[in-house]
Amino acid sequence: MKLRNFALAASLAAIGLSSALTAHAQAKEQFFPVLVYRTGAYGPNGTPWANGYVDYLKLVNARGGINGVKISFEECEFGYATDRGVECYERLKGKHGGGTVFQPLSTGVTFALTEKAAVDKIPLITAGYGRSESQNGAVFNWNFPLLGTYWVGADVAIQHIAKKEGGLDNLKGKKIALVYHDSPYGKEPIALLEERARMHGFNLQLLPVAHPGVEQKATWLQIRQNRPDYVLLWGWGVMNSTSIKEAQATGYPREKMYGIWWAGAEPDVKDVGEGAKGYNALTLQHGAEPNSKVVKDVLALLHGKGQGTGPKEEVGQVLYMRGLISAMLGVEGVAKAQERYGKGKVMTGEQVRWGLENLDLDQKKLDGMGFAGVMRPVQTSCLDHMGSSWVRVHTWDGGKWNFSSDWYQADEKVIRPMVMLTSGKYAEEKKITPRTPEQCKQ
Amino acid sequence: MIYRENGQFKTSYKTDQQIFPIFQDRWTILALIAFAFVGVPMLADEYLFKAILIPFLILSLAALGVNLLVGYCGQITLGAGAFMAIGAYAAYNFAIRVDGMPLIAALLLGGCTSALVGIVFGVPSLRVRGLYLAIATLAAQFFWDWAFLRIKWFTNHSPSGSVSISNLDVFGWRISTPVDKYLLCLVILVVFALLAKNMVRGAIGRQWMAIRDMDVAAEVIGIRPMYAKLSAFAVSSFFVGVAGALWGFVHLGSWEPAAFSIDRSFQLLFMVIIGGLGSIMGSFFGAAFIIVLPIFLNQFLPWLGSLVGLSISVATVSHFEFMIFGALIVFFLIVEPHGLARLWSTGKEKLRLWPFPH
Repeated sequence: MKLRNFALAASLAAIGLSSALTAHAQAKEQFFPVLVYRTGAYGPNGTPWANGYVDYLKLVNARGGINGVKISFEECEFGYATDRGVECYERLKGKHGGGTVFQPLSTGVTFALTEKAAVDKIPLITAGYGRSESQNGAVFNWNFPLLGTYWVGADVAIQHIAKKEGGLDNLKGKKIALVYHDSPYGKEPIALLEERARMHGFNLQLLPVAHPGVEQKATWLQIRQNRPDYVLLWGWGVMNSTSIKEAQATGYPREKMYGIWWAGAEPDVKDVGEGAKGYNALTLQHGAEPNSKVVKDVLALLHGKGQGTGPKEEVGQVLYMRGLISAMLGVEGVAKAQERYGKGKVMTGEQVRWGLENLDLDQKKLDGMGFAGVMRPVQTSCLDHMGSSWVRVHTWDGGKWNFSSDWYQADEKVIRPMVMLTSGKYAEEKKITPRTPEQCKQ
Repeated sequence: MIYRENGQFKTSYKTDQQIFPIFQDRWTILALIAFAFVGVPMLADEYLFKAILIPFLILSLAALGVNLLVGYCGQITLGAGAFMAIGAYAAYNFAIRVDGMPLIAALLLGGCTSALVGIVFGVPSLRVRGLYLAIATLAAQFFWDWAFLRIKWFTNHSPSGSVSISNLDVFGWRISTPVDKYLLCLVILVVFALLAKNMVRGAIGRQWMAIRDMDVAAEVIGIRPMYAKLSAFAVSSFFVGVAGALWGFVHLGSWEPAAFSIDRSFQLLFMVIIGGLGSIMGSFFGAAFIIVLPIFLNQFLPWLGSLVGLSISVATVSHFEFMIFGALIVFFLIVEPHGLARLWSTGKEKLRLWPFPH
């Protein structure tokens, strides 16, 4: 009897699965798959990003679509786990006529998808994260680390510190510690920092923190003993607020701490409040932008009509803006592709790749879309998939983030040779022939 | 009525000692394998291959390995993830450092390395047992997690610590499409499952089971505990290591130590416990339960919601997924503490009597 019920339940479930798996064909809609993590250890940071991403897609639809082409989207929750992220990718890539572009917001998933995306011919945008060497579009045809990479962030961090010290020569003998999430994400900047340490003679200390980063007593004990002049923080999620609390407990000045943009948002500092006052973070382009026009549009067109995603207060926060701008870059890639392959048509992944490779967002266009004061121009090419390396520093004043520096640009002379070297090694390992400038013109 | 062995007389030792002495079992299994080789590639789509079938096959292999050690020899291990990692990283190093290393050789060498390390970490089992041994194997997990994160040589000095492998081929057969990958995993799994089944029926398997049931008594009747325990560690680590190499090479393509974290070790142990300790079939059931069920729930719940006109957010679905999954584990452990494999054999018992149960 029990067995029969079990068999019955199993077959019912199988029927459910097969119908759940059947994709519903929808014509004339540009499908944006959305990989999100609203749960798990990194959920508090993943949620605003996802809300911003989805809100922008909704905003484009509210404004009439991309030249009349409406956007459809579907979320898939992966909880920052690489294997589930890959499963989500496989699930969504073929739905509704094929995914336009994937943005995983996870360095681990980016690594896992880099080869799969090339086979499936779907571009991978990693706005501000991912593999640093993938800015070389000749080797990484399908990766787009738009708005800068970790190497850009690390490079500007050193430039900013040098400025404070009165020049790069004054860095000699200084101690800089990198407190990093012990994963490919946290390890990315090490290569660049080592290069810079060699150039300027500062002493680099590497202090790894194990996932998820709530246990940092030993790390901060080392900082207390060694007293580094500056601390760079490459953390994510709960690790960031823990670091700042530990700094407070150790008495390490927060003014001397610089986080990458993953460690420079409201969830990281809010709980610490006053204790985080003076803490700095590098913003790859934008910070918190509650006064920008695009935010006002979102509030008016979506939240005003009860169609917004997530709480209203979140609109304009750092991670929300990151999601919103990430979506904008994907949408602009589609718009650019339409200029070549036919306006008002649904673009394939391959066509979108061309669009992303020829992205030309000048200041006028950005201002027109409501990003005045938020972003500086982004211009990509076949060989440069990054498009911009503008960075500002912002500082937490106990209640909100304020910009505390001018615009910086990463030093091409330092980064370019490293990019060429690492991507060349990758091409050799994978037996990829880099594209020549002639092939790019096609 | 259909499943009844009446009239199947064994007239020689050979027929009596074959793997599946019952005619119906033999043909069911053969039909199942034939279906897996011929039918599945025709029916399944890419998503099913990449997201469900390939992970299922590879983790079944790993669960099989863990089952040999935990289920048959009674040595609890919490280091299975580490041995997967050793298999993957060893195979990776063999593949990139030795020119022209064939894929199968790299996989097997990865397994052998893992077996050697398994023997070393099996040594404590000669002195401690039960929960204490579990802690000792936990040391393997932490040590190798640390080693693959910190020792740059293992990852070929890759700046991010993530390694990747591509261009797989076996004797000129390019493994590129999901079907190729599936078939490769399936071939390896079938061969290894056959090996395992024969091993546990043979002398060595009987030694393991004797050690599991009572090691003092086993020693009295002339079984050397050192040999039995260490061989169990070696064989188990070999299986797990090959599975780890496949996981890295075939399923992920590029990986980092987090792919083989402590969670993976627990996952494998749960597979074995839920599937059935000391049962080859149970390893497959356990792997299917742990791999397929969460993904199934994740897609089934929104569909169920849409039936009654509810749209459930992905975050809620994911919370429900954890709750239902946890509840089901508890349910199965209460209803069938001997695992899903026991459910299977109960089913067979019932079939024998059907349609006239007494």
